[in-house]
This record gives sequence, structure tokens and C-alpha cells, in this order.
Amino acid sequence: MKLKRKIAPGSGARVSGLETGAGTNLFGNTVNRRTFLRNSGITAGGAAIAVAGGPGLLSKVHAAESADNRPKADLDTVKVRSVCTHCSVGCGVIAEVQNGVWTGQEPDYDSPINLGSHCAKGASVREHGHGERRLKNPMKKVNGKWEEMSWDDAVAEIGDKMLDIRNESGPDSVYWLGSAKFNNEQSYLFRKFAALWGTNNVDHQARICHSTTVAGVANTWGYGAMTNSYNDMHNSKAMFFIGSNAAEAHPVAMQHILRAKENGSKLIVVDPRFTRTAAHADQFVQMRPGSDVGVIWGLLWHVFENGWEDEEFIQQRVYGMDQIKEEVAKWNPEEVERVTGVPEATMKLAAQTMAENRPGTIVWCMGGTQHTIGNNNTRAYCAMQLALGNMGVQGGGANIFRGHDNVQGATDMCILSHSLPGYFGLSAGAWKHWSAVWDLEFDWVKNRFDPEAYEEVKGKPVSPMHRAGMPVSRWIDGVLEEKDNIAQKDNVRAMVLWGHAPNSQTRGPEMKEAMEKLDIMVVIDPYPTHSAVLPDRPDGVYLLPACTQFETYGSVTASNRSLQWRDKVIEPLGKSLPDHTIMYKFASKLGFGDELTKNIAVENDEPLIEDITREFNKGMWTIGYTGQSPERIKEHMANRHTFNTTTLKAEGGPVDGEYYGLPWPCWGTPEMKHPGTPVLYDTSKSVAEGGLNFRARFGVEREGVNLLAEGSFSAGAEIEDGYPEFSADILKNLGWWDDLTDDEKLLAEGKNWKTDRSGGIQRVAIAHGCAPFGNAKARAVVWTFPDPVPIHREPLYTSRYDLVADYPTYEDRKSHYRLPTRYGSIQATDYSGDFPLIHTSGRLVEYEGGGDESRSNPWLAELQQDMFVEINPADANDVGIKDEQMVWLESPEGSKIKVKTMVTNRVAKGVVFTPFHFGGHFQGEDLHDKYPSGAAPYVLGEATNTAMTYGYDSVTQMQETKCSLCKITAA
Amino acid sequence: MARMKFLCDAERCIECNGCVTACKNEHDIPWGVNRRRVITMGDGEPGEKSVSVACMHCTDAPCQAVCPVDCFYTTDDGIVLHDKNLCIGCGYCFYACPFGAPQYPGKEAGGSAFGARGKMDKCTFCAGGPEDDLTDAEYEKYGRNRIAEGALPLCAEMCSTKALIAGDGDMVADIYRERVLKRGGRPQNWGWDTAYKG
Repeated sequence: MKLKRKIAPGSGARVSGLETGAGTNLFGNTVNRRTFLRNSGITAGGAAIAVAGGPGLLSKVHAAESADNRPKADLDTVKVRSVCTHCSVGCGVIAEVQNGVWTGQEPDYDSPINLGSHCAKGASVREHGHGERRLKNPMKKVNGKWEEMSWDDAVAEIGDKMLDIRNESGPDSVYWLGSAKFNNEQSYLFRKFAALWGTNNVDHQARICHSTTVAGVANTWGYGAMTNSYNDMHNSKAMFFIGSNAAEAHPVAMQHILRAKENGSKLIVVDPRFTRTAAHADQFVQMRPGSDVGVIWGLLWHVFENGWEDEEFIQQRVYGMDQIKEEVAKWNPEEVERVTGVPEATMKLAAQTMAENRPGTIVWCMGGTQHTIGNNNTRAYCAMQLALGNMGVQGGGANIFRGHDNVQGATDMCILSHSLPGYFGLSAGAWKHWSAVWDLEFDWVKNRFDPEAYEEVKGKPVSPMHRAGMPVSRWIDGVLEEKDNIAQKDNVRAMVLWGHAPNSQTRGPEMKEAMEKLDIMVVIDPYPTHSAVLPDRPDGVYLLPACTQFETYGSVTASNRSLQWRDKVIEPLGKSLPDHTIMYKFASKLGFGDELTKNIAVENDEPLIEDITREFNKGMWTIGYTGQSPERIKEHMANRHTFNTTTLKAEGGPVDGEYYGLPWPCWGTPEMKHPGTPVLYDTSKSVAEGGLNFRARFGVEREGVNLLAEGSFSAGAEIEDGYPEFSADILKNLGWWDDLTDDEKLLAEGKNWKTDRSGGIQRVAIAHGCAPFGNAKARAVVWTFPDPVPIHREPLYTSRYDLVADYPTYEDRKSHYRLPTRYGSIQATDYSGDFPLIHTSGRLVEYEGGGDESRSNPWLAELQQDMFVEINPADANDVGIKDEQMVWLESPEGSKIKVKTMVTNRVAKGVVFTPFHFGGHFQGEDLHDKYPSGAAPYVLGEATNTAMTYGYDSVTQMQETKCSLCKITAA
Repeated sequence: MARMKFLCDAERCIECNGCVTACKNEHDIPWGVNRRRVITMGDGEPGEKSVSVACMHCTDAPCQAVCPVDCFYTTDDGIVLHDKNLCIGCGYCFYACPFGAPQYPGKEAGGSAFGARGKMDKCTFCAGGPEDDLTDAEYEKYGRNRIAEGALPLCAEMCSTKALIAGDGDMVADIYRERVLKRGGRPQNWGWDTAYKG
């Protein structure tokens, strides 16, 4: 292979940062050189000194911090353990600290998850601890200018306005948008905070990331999380990726994936783009965006046609596969090619590979979830694994890669508008359970909510306390929609964007309008974010500096359900504060600080993290977040090197036999010493040793058909068949009640395995070899969903209007999460003539999420300096545009973005791709000057979601970002 | 005696740029200087391959052969280093290097130690320079000296997929040979036939 300095045509924009090393065009086009020199203080030496004396946010103290963060020969170095804050892989970080300054980063070879490795983001996290572009002081906008203020003034001023709004419009008019960047303790505290304020208008990124996974998967077999682990993929014989670009989104996972491949596993990548992951695949299957159900049914068509399904597994452990077969029968090879674009031979090869190489695993990400039929897609993926008998085995499973570092934990803590921590839901029973854990009177909590009812369920009025709040994907409609159309007292009037990039949400122009209509907008974040610059408003905007997770401590849950503990690397920079401290300050101002921290010690306004862990340990019985005490998690961190890197099981040492990070469910109390569950639903092990079966969650029979497992049970179970979930009554019927201690009996009486706060019911069930949540079949048909059997429906903005007659979308809905939601009325118009290109979006390895943090890190920003659009050479030639040319990308809703082209065969003809990490430009306008001075990220660009259109999942309100339409013209 | 070498396993490299930012982080490299880069061949096409490239620390280094002020020297470990006090920043080594390793940062690179007076900067295999080991003076000009600390280059230590390997050439060869054996003539990657046709 010959190295070429100038690589293939069409890749210019991607490597512009790299190419410039040779001395040309040093700053690309995005960063104006003069601006750059004035504001940056690039790293050390002369430039940093220039910044200290120049304009900007930096006070002298901060400048001193940022000017000299290099290691010194004569200073002692302390090593601190943390975990990368970028993605859900959970890579260990070793920070070297001298005199409180983060001076170096070392590979964490002891971590069984990353074995020392990092991607571009992980290898650069030290920069966040210097944070040249960080927000350092609380600020507010006064007459269009940013002014610094004190924390006390900020909390008092914002709090007074919120209390006014509460009096006038009720608690639901303040929206609390939280974050997957919180650690578990902060996530839990935040959900509790919203509850005590009295609203379910609380949500976070999971809504727009894997909500359709959680809903679809939990409703199939019990829990909505990744079933196995990155490490367990070493055991896979086949790996089927659909809508996942791990090489860019989860790079360190690729270490395990490529290791599996070298062990002989086959790698299949299904994607509209030939991704960096596809470049390593044995087979690449290119599909039309939005046709996932057709692809999976197309694959299963060959499986059923050839009798490759696992009949014994289906008979024992699956309900409804016959109905799936009926639907699949319609997806013959001709129909599959017509709808998805995948030819018969390609589809058959993929099916055969999966059939002949078991166990096989499936991996999916946003490519599958972010659709109006996202919940259908995720259930189709599950059905494929159930048909092949790939569930509950090492090397198999649904390896759903989560996004943010703690999006799994924040989801488990239910910073979600439709549930309480541990997926308890919003029923009176759920509220009573948590009120008891909080040691608060249920009536006191109830009185915090608006008592009126705005919706009816089965003819009965139900108040907002028991109705799902608005999802983050729709908060803008909560502001803009006519008041009478919303199922709550008034519109959203105050918006708290706490650790959230608004450019990750669709419909940019309407978001701008919503931000301008709000009474107040509060941004709490280490960076100003796109929110600071998008709205044109002279006042009513506050920016409050939160610190990063390296400046605080606590537990974090990786995608594989393992909990890890971060130690504090450095003190918070500038006047930034840890999120939980800010929560306490606001709770105190708003009048419920004492209730929020009734069981939690508070020192200098900072609630004690370990006390928060212990509190959620006492309530999270549903998913087994009860055994992971702070002491146990810390002990695992200290003994990382004792865990096997494939099984994640400790071999010898102080935590012998336990699984790394006590992956949930870690049943019972910490004293019970459950080892965690490395592979969900794996019947080859006893429950006490981390084994499990499918959960009995949907009743015991349906229309005369048994929903419980038949002849399948976890090793050592004393009930050698299916059984329902455990309760006090069932223990009594089985004669196991007296196995409880007297203390346990007091709390367990009248309760079930989810609400018994003694943990006794779980302990006794497990002592008899049984799973506390019962032993049932998975259900391939979710009869409570709009489409019980997952079916294909064309996107609202479809490129194939000819298919709408056969595969129409849903009817419009009057109230879905309190809001009217449109489907058919949009699809009624054919836009594919004027907007001929499918617009899809995705990730770049250098950036994360909305990119405010990573674009503010010069080590990363240098590598991706331009927002761009990938376009096939044929499409480019059709509209007369060339590589690296500025173009307008316009949506059918009239929104448009001005971006640079990258002409490439990576995308098929008819499809264009944009990365979603850029912000700071809006419809052609550079908003650089609207940032607080010195706090603009190094790289700005158009937010792709400005031009992403309407469309929401029928179960979860997930936004459609993977399949819209656009047209492209020269700018 | 060890002879230090890098090897980038193109079957494993995913162009994540972890090596690039690890280097930036470890040596505080300013914007505009890249001691290490990832090059992708056939970007977006079947057979796409990426490799991470820096100074290869040649045994018979062409930079050393052509340098008019003889600022290069090879350490006992076979690492090719240079003396920034002698370097005149002429760029002749840039002509000679087959890998484009030498960098000539201008004023824009922040006027840092590396950019000062237009001198050449390149990968040191994390072995510093002629100044005394582990001194602030050495760090200022060349970055951290991990070799003196008993560690290997951070780019390789942090590589996300263990594609980039660094160390004693014999040991690197053993690791790579083992991988090739394990793959067992099984280059079934999509696009292999395109890349190796004929």
C-alpha cells in the first residue's frame, strides 16, 4: 500500500485540519484567524499571557490556571481515577494532578472495559479541566449584553420569577430539562427535584436517543437495556450492526468487536452510508433510510423459508412468533428490494451468515431509533434475535450501544416525563413507594402538583401528577402551541436547559421562536451552548456555570449496566459548581430544600453524594440498583485489574466471583452480595450467580395462551417452569414466607418484589433459585402499542411517495404526551418532487452531542473545522455543485442551512448526510459575536437540526432525524 | 539493545484520531502542528483503509543524512531525535522524509517553544531531546519524556483498538505476527479483493 498525502477526492473537508499541518491554510475557513488569535490563547507560553491581559471572560486567577497546566519536574504528582465523560463505553481515565492542576493523562490499563485505550475524545479530556472556553461566572443578558452576576443574585432572581410563574400558571409552566451528563446521584436528585417542584415536565436526552429502544425492548422481554456487554462480544460468532457506526460513536468498543472478528466472528453492517464501521465489515448492506422493518423482515423471510429459526427456544420462551411469521411472509425478496433497496442475494447471504454463526449479536443505535416508527424498528430487531434463539446467551443478545457517558444511568433514574426512578411509572402506587423512600407524606408530595385534570383516561379525569409530561423533543410546542390544545393549565413559560445542547433537537426556526417567547430561559452548563446565541432577545436569559464530572465525583452507569465510580480530579474551575450543589441552592430558594435532602447530609450547600447513592439503593428494586452501595462500587474500582476482560468476572481477590461494576440487576440489599448480572436472561446460571430469565411483566395469559415460560428456567430454580412475579402472597402460597426475618416481614407484608423495601422478598425468591420478577416468555407482539406487530410505515417526508398507499403513517393524534401530534396530515402532501434528496444525520468521532464541549477543545476542534454535507457525485453533478463548495440545504418546512459539500460515494445516490455536532450558525448567519466574550467554541457551524423536520415516534415522541427530505443548491 | 519501532495495523485502525489527540495532550502541541496524523486511503470507497503516521524513526534516517547542520542523532534505543538549538528550520529534512513527519510551525502556532524561530518539530517517540531527561527545559522544547519514565509513546498506549503498536521492534513484530497468524489468511474484509486485486 502506498501512502498518499492527498487522499481520495471528496475528503478534503474531513482532513482540512490535518492537511494544514504542512503550513497552508492554517486555520481553515471556519475560524477567522484574527478572532482566533484574539480570543484563544491557544495553549501555553506567549499566547496565554496575551490572553490574560486581553479581553474576555478570564479573570487573572483563571488565566493563571489555564496558562500553566504543564507538568513540572519538581512537583509531586497524584494519580486520580475517573471515567471518560463522552460516551457510554465507560473508559477508565487516569488523571495526573500536580498542586490541584490537571497536568497529565495516563492509560488506564487496569480497566477491563478499555484496557488503557481512548478515542480522540477520551485522549483529550484533560483539556476540559483547563477549559479556556468554559463559562466561568453566572451571567445574564441585560439590554442585549452579557453581564456577570453572583450565584446568590442569580438564584434569587431566577427563583422569584419561577415562583411568580408557579402562582400564575401552575408548576407545569416551568420545564426542567436535565442531562445524561449528570452522574447517577445527580440524575436521581434531579428527578426528585422535579417531583418536589410538582411537575412531570422533566426529561433528558434519552428521549431523543434510545427512548424507542427502552420502550420497545422493555415491552418485549422486561428490561430496556443492553443485554450483554461490549466485552461479551468476544464470544460472538456473528455481529449484526444496523444504524450503528461504532467506529465513530463508540470507538473503544471496536477494540472488542475487532477482537471478536479476529476470533472468527462475521461482521455485517447495515446502513445507508458506507461508514468507518462498514469499512471493517465482512458484509455491507446498503439500505434506504427508514426501511429497517423491511430489512429485518426481509432477513427473517429467508430464516423462516429455510427453517433456520430456533424452534425449541421459541416454543419455550417466546409469545407471538406466529403473528410475526404472518407479517414476514409478506416481505418476499421482491418486496424487500422494492422498499429497502436491498437485493435478494445480499439479504439471503446476511440471513445465512446469522443462521450459520450462532450465537450472534445485534447492535443498533440512533439509525434505528430516531424514526416515527422507532418503536417498531427496535421490536423488529428483538424479534430477529428471538427467532434465531440468540437471547440470553454469551455472545448473543441485543447489544444496544447507548450514547452519553451516563445516559443509561440517567434513564434508569428516570429523568423522564413519564416515569419515576427505576421505571416505576406515575401511578399512585409509584408515588407512594417513592414518597416512602423519601420519608415524605404522599399528600404533601401530591399537593405540590396542579390538582386540576386536563385529560381523561377511560372516562375518568386524571391530574398532571399521573400523566406524562411533555417530552424534550416537544418542549417548543409546549411554548408555541395554543394553550387550549395542551393538556395542562398553561403554556411552558420558563425553560431550564440543564446540561443540554438545543441543536440536538429538530425544527430550529421554531425553537428560536419558542426561546424568544419564553418568560425566562436558564442555561446551566459548563459552556454557554447554542442556547446562548440562538434567540434574539435582549434579556431574560441566564447562563449558570456547572462544572464537569471531573470536578466532582459519584457513580456512572456504562451501556453494559456496570456502575463505576469517579473520583474528583480537580476543584471546580472559576465559579462553576457541581450540578447537585446547584440543585440544592434552587430547591432551598424554591422552598423544598429540606424535603429534597431529608436523608442526605448537606455541607456548604453540597449534598453528600454517598448519601444520595444510599437513598436510591433503598428504592430501585425494580431494576436491581439496590445492591450497589458506594462502598461496593469503590471496591470494584480499586480492584479493576482482577476482572476477566471477556466475562467481566473477578477471578480471586477481594471481590472474587462478582461482575465488574455490579451490572444491574444487582438484586437485594448490598449485604446480600449479589454479584450483578453480566448477561440478561441467561438461564445457564442461577439467579444468585447472575443468571436470569425473561421477565413476567405482561400478565400470565392472553386470550387463553400461556405467557409464562414453558420448561425453561434459570439454573437451580426450585420452580422448574414459568412462574409469575413474586409478592408477599405468592411467598405465602409457596410456603416460603417464614424464610423472611421478622424485620423483613414487617416491611414485606402486602408488598411485592418491587415495593418491599426490606429486600426480603427478593432475597427469599433468589434463595430458592427464582427470579424475583417471575419467569415468562418474551413477547414478539406488544398488544398495547399502536402497531402490535411491528410494521413498516413510510416516513412523514418520504422520498418514495409511491409507497405511501401501501405503507401509510398513522392518523394525527389529539393528545400524545399532552400535545397534539401530526402524522397523516403531513404525509398527505408529496414533497419528494421539489425536495428530491433524503437527508440523514449522524456522528463524527471527534465531537459529541451538540458539540459545545468538544468544539471548545482545541485538540479536537482542529480536526474538524467545517460543518459539511456528504453528497453522492451523481447528485452533485445533477445540481452542478463541486467538492468543498458552499451550498444551501433546504427542508420542506422552509428551514435551511449553509454548509460545505463533501462529494463522496460514502452515501448512495439520492441520500445526503450531515453531522449533528455543529452549532453557532443559524440559516447562514454566524452568531459568534452573540456568545459571552471569550466563551465561543473554537469551531462554529450550522446545526443540522435547523433543517430537520417534524416527526415523532408513536409511543415515545422520539424525534425523526434520520429520514427527512431536502434540496441542495449552490450558495 | 532494543530498536524502537511503530507499527500501525490497518486491519484495526478505525481513524478515531485517539493517537492524534493523545499526542497533543501529552506534549501540549499547539494548533497547527500534528506530530501524528491518521491518513485514510480510498475514503468512503470499498477497501477504505486508515493508518496512523508519524516519524518512523528510520534506521538509516534520510533526514539525518541530509541535515546541513547535523542536528539529528539516534539514541541507543534507535529513536531519531533532533537538537532544536542546532536546527535552522531550513526544511531540507522535509524533502527527505518519506512520511511527511517534519513540521514547521509558524507564528500562528502560538509562538510556543515548538514554533519559536520557525524550527522543525516532529514526533520524538516520547523520548524528549538532548536536554537533561525529565527537566522543564526538555519539556518546553520537545514535550514529555516517557521513555525516561519507563513508559512507551502515549499515542500507542492509548490507541482505541490497539492498532498502533510501539516498542522494541522485535516485540512489535511478534505481536503483529501473532495477529496475522490468528487471522489465518482470513482477509475477508469487505473490499479486500478491491484493495489487493492482482
